[in-house]
Amino acid sequence: MRRALAGLLMLLASALAFGQAEEVAKPDPVVEARLKALGDELRCLVCQNQTIADSSAPLALDLRNQIRAQVAQGRTDEQIRAYMVERYGDFVLYRPPFKATTALLWAGPFVLIAIGFGIFLMMVRRKRAVATAPREEVSSQRRAELEKLLAERGETR
Amino acid sequence: MKALRFAIPLAIFIALAIFFAVGLTRDPREVPSPFIDKPAPAFKLAQLHEASRVFTPEDMKGKVWLLNVWASWCVSCRVEHPLLVDMSRKNLVPIVGLNYKDRREDGVAWLTKFGNPYALSAYDVDGRVGIDYGVYGVPETFVIDKTGVIRYKQIGPITQEALDNTILPLIRKLSA
Repeated sequence: MRRALAGLLMLLASALAFGQAEEVAKPDPVVEARLKALGDELRCLVCQNQTIADSSAPLALDLRNQIRAQVAQGRTDEQIRAYMVERYGDFVLYRPPFKATTALLWAGPFVLIAIGFGIFLMMVRRKRAVATAPREEVSSQRRAELEKLLAERGETR
Repeated sequence: MKALRFAIPLAIFIALAIFFAVGLTRDPREVPSPFIDKPAPAFKLAQLHEASRVFTPEDMKGKVWLLNVWASWCVSCRVEHPLLVDMSRKNLVPIVGLNYKDRREDGVAWLTKFGNPYALSAYDVDGRVGIDYGVYGVPETFVIDKTGVIRYKQIGPITQEALDNTILPLIRKLSA
């Protein structure tokens, strides 16, 4: 009996230990929804191509719990994001703000598209010039030559 | 005009090659710390060896010091450990440890085994102070000046090279 009780206690203790490893005992759907929305926009610093919401790294878990605690304290999304940026820099945001250091990041793709479109336009224009201009030139010159040749032979068109 | 035909793709290729070559020399895990030249965040933690005694960065005002984040479970901490022990022997600056998410007995045992370079270690059991310092991997080391401002952060283990080229010159400059 005593043994069984001890065993039961141990089982309970292990359940408690597992409970600790788990994220939250009773998830609040409202808090979890905000956590998900926020966590999806924050980069996990340990596994850099995962979000804090997705990552199972211990640091991501800690940060999720930080976000939970701060949501519970009634802090706004903006404040929580600022809290993260204060510690990990703009790098933690998947959508960093537009400033001098991130200008190339934001504008780069559009600049490249503009350059590509410019090159495309240039090529089209050149092709068109080749396709249209010389033909007129050649045809008028050639026509005169042909007319001359034909006239020499005494033939008419 | 013909020459340009070859020159443009060649120029683009060379530019790309240079970008890639520079990219290869950079470590994507090194995230620039927003703490450089900012005051070290305040905290109050129990010490590792003497749980009843408290450490706060305030205690170090007026000194140039190192805050080294370590843990007994951290493999690369062993890589830098001999350098820290050597530094503490030379008595250059006080090194304060931040024992990060560790078990007290494990941390103490680890220091007994490998040597203790720390003036003291603060015991950050849940990693909250680590988060306040933007720690995302252990080890990390902060160089903090006399006014309590963070001047440098080493991400990952301290190497002889980083020590000789960056950390020691900076300490000398700050101590002067």
